[in-house]
Amino acid sequence: MKTPKELKYAKTDEWIKVEGDEGIIGISDYAQDQLSDVVYVEFMIEEDDTVSKGDTLATIESVKAAADVNFPASGTIIAINDVLNDEPELLNSDPYEAGWMVRIKLDDHSELNDLMDAETYEAYNEEREG
Amino acid sequence: MFTPHTPKEIEEMLKVIGVASVEDLFSQGPANHRFPELELPEPMTEMEIASDLKEISSANASTEDFISFLGAGAYNHYIPAAVDMLLRRGEFYTAYTPYQPEVSQGTLQAIFEYQSLMTELTGMDVSNASHYDGATAAAEAANLAYHFFRGKRKKILLSRAVNPQYRATIRTYMQGFEDVEIVGDDVEDGFTGDIQEFSSKVDNNTALVVVQYPDFFGRIIDYTKLVEIAHSQGALVAFVFNPTALGLLKPPGAFDADIAVGDGQPLGIPLSYGGPYLGIFTTKEKYVRKLAGRLVGETVDIEGKRAYVLTLTAREQHIRREKSTSNICTNQGLMALAATVYLSLLGKTGFKQVANLCYQKAHYAAEQISKLDGFDLAFGDSPFFHEFVIKTPQPVSKINLHLENHWILCGYDLNQDYPELENHMLVAVTEKISKEDIDDFIMALEEVAHD
Repeated sequence: MKTPKELKYAKTDEWIKVEGDEGIIGISDYAQDQLSDVVYVEFMIEEDDTVSKGDTLATIESVKAAADVNFPASGTIIAINDVLNDEPELLNSDPYEAGWMVRIKLDDHSELNDLMDAETYEAYNEEREG
Repeated sequence: MFTPHTPKEIEEMLKVIGVASVEDLFSQGPANHRFPELELPEPMTEMEIASDLKEISSANASTEDFISFLGAGAYNHYIPAAVDMLLRRGEFYTAYTPYQPEVSQGTLQAIFEYQSLMTELTGMDVSNASHYDGATAAAEAANLAYHFFRGKRKKILLSRAVNPQYRATIRTYMQGFEDVEIVGDDVEDGFTGDIQEFSSKVDNNTALVVVQYPDFFGRIIDYTKLVEIAHSQGALVAFVFNPTALGLLKPPGAFDADIAVGDGQPLGIPLSYGGPYLGIFTTKEKYVRKLAGRLVGETVDIEGKRAYVLTLTAREQHIRREKSTSNICTNQGLMALAATVYLSLLGKTGFKQVANLCYQKAHYAAEQISKLDGFDLAFGDSPFFHEFVIKTPQPVSKINLHLENHWILCGYDLNQDYPELENHMLVAVTEKISKEDIDDFIMALEEVAHD
């Protein structure tokens, strides 16, 4: 399972990559593995929407489940990865690069302090695996 | 007598939960209501009961005894005997629809065929496995549109010429949805005869426009322009259709409707005092993820043989919980089977023939009635299918009383739903009505006019 060091992780398995004032958001390798084959992504937001931490970003449907993706931080939507509408399987094959979901302008960097670093997230996953 | 538990079992259960007697289980209820005297008659033999029940049921008036011109959403069509015979087969006859593919290939295949027939009939891409009735299917259309726009579009535009019961059901379903506004069907809105005017009420806050086809008054209205205007505002359009009419008319799919719903009762289901009926729900492929209810798909099993399973279940309530479009997880299995058998028996030609007979007989009746003194077709030259509105010289209730003496049931008193339609009755004519029936009806009406 890949857990890139430069990312921050939420307990609900989203990652965020900070680039200056902006953040890129997706779901973790662990999350895509739990979901199994993703067949559909429905974005719940549009460009320019302002969102709060915890709001629903998208619903992901896999062959065995449906799950919500939540915003790990508040901000304004800059871009949505529309490619996922036609190629939802990118979430499985490349969750950290081609499978990115949205880019937002961050409201408040301090919100990110609640998130986990890669090491803590890995430990958290191991604990869940029991 | 059916005894679910023996005294010994009851005693054991009471012991486990630590209660002295069954009576103690009800001690929370007010004492005077706990064990009321039921004042039941003395026990009777089976023969006596059968005779009593027969006497009670003989007080009913049925369409077996009367010539019926009642419609308004439920229609008295002929049902081939094979429909009931197949429905009652033990393999199908169950109160609950079993969906497990490993034990229910027959049921699943029947539903799949039902879905295929419905898409063929409506010209739409997808049909679900059905809802309870036409009204609840119409309400699910509002549900779909609301969720498609994720609650951002707040307006649902209803035509006043949509069945009043359907509009009431849509309002019931939409209770508790934040800020949803249901408009367009007040007295001052009129009956949507003027499509230009009705279309002007669609705006970019409109999630759904609901029209009926033919409408509640039987009129066939060309909704081409309305659909165009609604789509230009980004809104969805739902047609409430009569399935029999689609034997003759251009289907909703050809109007580019987004959703087409209707009651399947005319397709081999008896009137039965209002139910069980069948809710048909069809839509475009684009909206399939927001579709409520069950959906059966065709696939192949591990040996490559054709097989049927529920599909796209992740959109449903048992997986998505509160995120699903609807909490409806079941269908009207037996009634969907009735419609499937009915349509299969009639075939394309037979079905068209039924529709054509309804059309021709209704037009003959309308023409004859309009020649009577004091009776007029309320909507003049508007084209209609098998139902039409007549303006009567006296209150409809009075006319109906007179007609009952002639063993004629007619017609639906529109005044009960439409205060502006005093002395207006809705008349439906199906293939079961003969020319002689119509002529009797005309003669009886003539007597009323001369009263």
